[in-house]
Amino acid sequence: MIERHPMDQLLREDRIPHIWCSGCGLGTSLTAFMSALQDTGISLDNVSVVSGIGCTGRVAGYVKLDSFHTTHGRPIPFAVGLHLANPSLKVVVFSGDGDLIAIGGNHFIHSARRNLDMTIICVNNFNYGMTGGQGGPTTPIGAKTSTTPYGNFEFPFNIPHLAAASGATYVARWTALDARRLRKSIHEALMKRGFSVVEIISPCPTLFGRFNRQGTGLDILNSYREQTVIQHGADPAKVGIEPGGKIIVGKFVDIERPTFLDVVNQGLKGKFGPPVEKPRAEELAIPSVDE
Amino acid sequence: MKIVGLTGNDAVAEAMRQVDPDVVAAYPITPQTELMERFAEFVSDGIVKTELVLVESEHSAMSACVGASGAGSRVMTATSANGLALMWEMLYIAASCRCPIVMTVVNRALSGPINIHCDHSDSMGARDAGWIHLFSENSQEAYDNTLQAVRIAEHPDVSLPVMVTLDGFIISHTLERVEILEDEQAKKFVGDFSPKYSLLDVQNPVTMGPLDFHDFYFEHKRLQVQGMENARHVVREIGKEYGALSGRDFDYFESYRMEDAELAVVALGSAVGTARGVVDELRDEGKRVGLLKLRVFRPFPRREIVELLRGLKAFAVMDRSNSFGSYGGPVFSEVRSACYGQGLELPIVNYVYGLGGRDTTFEDIRRVYQEIEQMASSGKAPDDIRFLNVRE
Ligand code: SF4
Repeated sequence: MIERHPMDQLLREDRIPHIWCSGCGLGTSLTAFMSALQDTGISLDNVSVVSGIGCTGRVAGYVKLDSFHTTHGRPIPFAVGLHLANPSLKVVVFSGDGDLIAIGGNHFIHSARRNLDMTIICVNNFNYGMTGGQGGPTTPIGAKTSTTPYGNFEFPFNIPHLAAASGATYVARWTALDARRLRKSIHEALMKRGFSVVEIISPCPTLFGRFNRQGTGLDILNSYREQTVIQHGADPAKVGIEPGGKIIVGKFVDIERPTFLDVVNQGLKGKFGPPVEKPRAEELAIPSVDE
Repeated sequence: MKIVGLTGNDAVAEAMRQVDPDVVAAYPITPQTELMERFAEFVSDGIVKTELVLVESEHSAMSACVGASGAGSRVMTATSANGLALMWEMLYIAASCRCPIVMTVVNRALSGPINIHCDHSDSMGARDAGWIHLFSENSQEAYDNTLQAVRIAEHPDVSLPVMVTLDGFIISHTLERVEILEDEQAKKFVGDFSPKYSLLDVQNPVTMGPLDFHDFYFEHKRLQVQGMENARHVVREIGKEYGALSGRDFDYFESYRMEDAELAVVALGSAVGTARGVVDELRDEGKRVGLLKLRVFRPFPRREIVELLRGLKAFAVMDRSNSFGSYGGPVFSEVRSACYGQGLELPIVNYVYGLGGRDTTFEDIRRVYQEIEQMASSGKAPDDIRFLNVRE
């Protein structure tokens, strides 16, 4: 008999049970992240998770890591501060589409532009789940939400395109059905230098799913089987989610570009003396807690 | 007149439906969300003609409201807690541009730590932004205040934004009996909006929000003060007019069983309902106690409130928010300062209560009356702030 959940060491048991609805894709997303983190072998002492507000925002409170549950839309600026104060930290922002792309959209594009060395995991369920399923900037055209009862008519953001166009070095999209591929992709993103973004298309059976008659969480996962097409290297401009169209998943961007600290060190600081960047997490000889 | 069962959020949405504002810009935040969802249904069903913009943050929401108001539209919005905090910059712009925007603030504790339940730290923090503040005791008042707010804001002597507050969850999510005016009555009461200046009036071009330095900034601020001062009589006149229409008179405050009272509590928001019950119980026990419900916090009715408190032997002021480092919460500071030099030699004490949604029960309020009774007999007020129902 299994006495303990394999993820226990990474979860704050005192915060469990979590608030997520059954059938929600957030559990899978968090498991994929934690497994990927274990796969990288990065010392857990050197990892920090930052979340904003929303259903996904609860992640920061559930992980047994140094974490910060910030205000709505601001996990990226908090993370920027963390990263710059201690560049040896592996900084992960784990938050939702409403948080990162709506109210925090400005920080998303500017941190990608600067190429800050951090990983963004953006769970996209096409609506504001926590507050009751209102329409937002990722709601597909025609989709119903509590504020668009006859269907949304605003053009949504295509997150991979937004990330790529703003300068991200790694951009991938998976659904909550692709548990293994997602894990591998998050692993890659964690090891990538620069602003890496993984979008996770995730079921919200309680709100978005209910408004759009998508059935249970399981039904929605099954629908991904039909709807998704893997196209590595697809042009991010062409992976927008259209009503009734296919959801293109895969790794779209994996490029090298100097990070913010690279340019600071070579540029301004390089004129004065040695670089400010400290050794990267994986180069540090600090034993991990599980050793 | 219709009698319906409505939550506070629904009641405000009903008022907004009747007002049928030209523009509403909003962003979701608990516990205000249902209000805007309900209103979005009215928009989607073509019941109102409002242009509803679901913007990407509260900062954008208030910015869009200021723009729309500048264009001469009747504008409304709603928010809570951190949403209001994110609007901060624009709150001052709205007031200084004299935009008569009406905003519902569903009171919720301001983070951090993160909390979604009621206290007044959000709107009290915005008390110096230049907005008129109307507090509501229940869903009925949330409805009544919203209709009156439109008239107060747009009154040519005032021309200032108004926030109507209602306690998060306690009022916003509680179903209550609410009397709704007939649509025609409500529409006639709020009337049409004809702004003095409009950015869309191409015959008379104006610029809004330009630089204003040491030469004229001060004069403009002084005029803003005058607008707020003028609101004093406007709030009263409109309260009376609304009373004639609805049978519910409104003033700066409501005094409850104060006629021969020796002890009283000054409170605002939903706690007044609880205090009312305690007053009834204590009256039955033969105690001479009363209650003063403050409805208008800005402009603060300093002269009138002192007259009502003058005959007491001791009173307590209840604050549902902190003002860290100050002597007492915002309501206490106002009331106590209003009493200065007015010949009131009696113990005045401040109770901070209900932060982050902490329940305030009959027993808690009873304790307040018991303590002020002791203060009345000793003639001494404690020189510290009291915290009600907190672990220390
Ligand atoms: S509301 Fe939607 S996103 Fe939030 S926990 Fe429930 S299913 Fe998941």
